[in-house]
Amino acid sequence: MSETARAGAATDVLSALHVLEYPYKRSVGPVIGRFLTGLRDGRIEGIKTVSGKVMVPPVEYDPETSASLSEFVDVGQAGVVTTWAWVAEPREYNPLREPFAWALIRLDGADTALLHAVCADESSMRTGMRVRARWKPERTGHITDIECFTPEDE
Amino acid sequence: MTVEPVEIIRTPIRLEYDYTPGGARSRFLRGLEQGKILGERCPSCHKVYVGGGSGACARCGVPCTDVVPLPDTGTVTTFCVVNLPFAGATIEIPYTSASILIDGADIPLMALIQECPADHVRMGMRVEAVWVPDDERAPTMDTIRYFRPTGESDAPIDDVLKKMRDA
Repeated sequence: MSETARAGAATDVLSALHVLEYPYKRSVGPVIGRFLTGLRDGRIEGIKTVSGKVMVPPVEYDPETSASLSEFVDVGQAGVVTTWAWVAEPREYNPLREPFAWALIRLDGADTALLHAVCADESSMRTGMRVRARWKPERTGHITDIECFTPEDE
Repeated sequence: MTVEPVEIIRTPIRLEYDYTPGGARSRFLRGLEQGKILGERCPSCHKVYVGGGSGACARCGVPCTDVVPLPDTGTVTTFCVVNLPFAGATIEIPYTSASILIDGADIPLMALIQECPADHVRMGMRVEAVWVPDDERAPTMDTIRYFRPTGESDAPIDDVLKKMRDA
């Protein structure tokens, strides 16, 4: 372009794939650390608050009194779906390849609900349904050690 | 069974975008593919933008009208020596990232300075682009590998900065 050209003239507008990737590692702290260690061993642990509620996943401080919490309790590996959302087209980084539901699951013995994936037919999904954890054979201490939850009546 | 408690988890984040640079930056990048640095001039204040911003003059709010071929030489206006390694980095530390005012332009470009120890880089240093081989040129910023000192005596930095302010 030796001579001054018109800037506004038609230009082929470029397009390219841009990948933004952060290989984060996260320090989980003593309470979530113990929860994840439990998952690695195939157990699900909650924590008891001052008023006696059992929170799953456990938290470091009591949401009502702000007291530091340390009384861990095992909870059941099955529970009740308290609400859910259907994922018709899973994305690459979702836990399941086939359509599934994100659900809040109140495990037996717990007073709060855990967010996880439910592998089931959309037609069988309903609030109040019972589901059970399906574990991965190889566990590393991560929430994905529970592969998903499945309907208990299957 | 592993007995060590879990203290660290990996939580990688990956986002894939279809990036479209728009008309102005596309013209700039296509210029690089031709081995040229192209600026664009504001018809109102005559300021020359380079690097392909919005295609409009930020001060006057009007579209830039003229494409201006620029040389591949310039002056370091400010710089940063990077001493911390980070994931995905491809260059050895320490290295220098600099704002370079291309001769004839009124706003600087950001680029790497190489072939020069980091502690020798200074404001006012004259630099020139080092391009990839001709057959490897592409419409990407990587087509200019980096800038290196020309060996000329330094530009008077106060005058350079004043020109940027007054342009």
